[in-house]
Amino acid sequence: MIPLSWYVILSAALFTIGVVGVFSRRNIFILLMSIELMLNAANINFIAFSHYLQSLTGQIFVIFVITVAAAEAAVALAIIILLARNRGSVYVDEFNIMKG
Amino acid sequence: MINKVIFLYFAAVILASAIMMVTRRNPIHSVLFMLLLFFHIAGLFVLLNAEFLAAVQLIVYAGAILILYLFVVMLLNVDKESIAARANRYWPWIAAFGILIAGEVVLLVSRGIFPADEGQEPMRLASDGVLSLGTELYTKYLVPFEIASVVLLVGLVGAVMLAKIKTKE
Repeated sequence: MIPLSWYVILSAALFTIGVVGVFSRRNIFILLMSIELMLNAANINFIAFSHYLQSLTGQIFVIFVITVAAAEAAVALAIIILLARNRGSVYVDEFNIMKG
Repeated sequence: MINKVIFLYFAAVILASAIMMVTRRNPIHSVLFMLLLFFHIAGLFVLLNAEFLAAVQLIVYAGAILILYLFVVMLLNVDKESIAARANRYWPWIAAFGILIAGEVVLLVSRGIFPADEGQEPMRLASDGVLSLGTELYTKYLVPFEIASVVLLVGLVGAVMLAKIKTKE
């Protein structure tokens, strides 16, 4: 039997990789994929706890997380297309139009 | 024992492909590593008796979301990726901070005791997993389910409205 703590450690490591990706990369695609990585880390935690606590609530939550991730990906990619069309770049440190 | 070996394989591939995903220069390579990652996360879900969610993970994440990413990456076709800097100038500090946080979590979790680890009950029967999931979703969680459909609708309309080319009349 796999201890629950193994799943928690894996999910924490995956989440940390996602956070480092969001804060250090310049390409906006990698930023969005790092966010998906963090959502997946949360999903692993949800399903592991739902299995070990013999409850289905975690699996229901994962369905909602996947729904929100799909909607988020669609809207975010539309925004990226708009940004690339208007500013000609996909690097987040070049989007400084609000900078005074 | 065999479960632990399978888990370790999945965990190793997940972590390796996550690191590769974050560090690749070409976004298309990142998307492909993400695909590998999603497949192995689905395998982890099967290990945890969540077969339906493993299928959803493959169909929705790997099949829909990732293909959308791939399309947009290829559509924009950013060719200066090969010379531009990958990360901003703070990345060594951020990476060190991430390693610190991850080490802290590992230390905390490995020293703690989860009550679920103590008296392990026999696993649920897999045969009625989808049935009980559907019953739960359509009775107890009906209102969040409907709200999720509204969220999807808003995402659909919003994406079309944003990416539409505006024509002057």
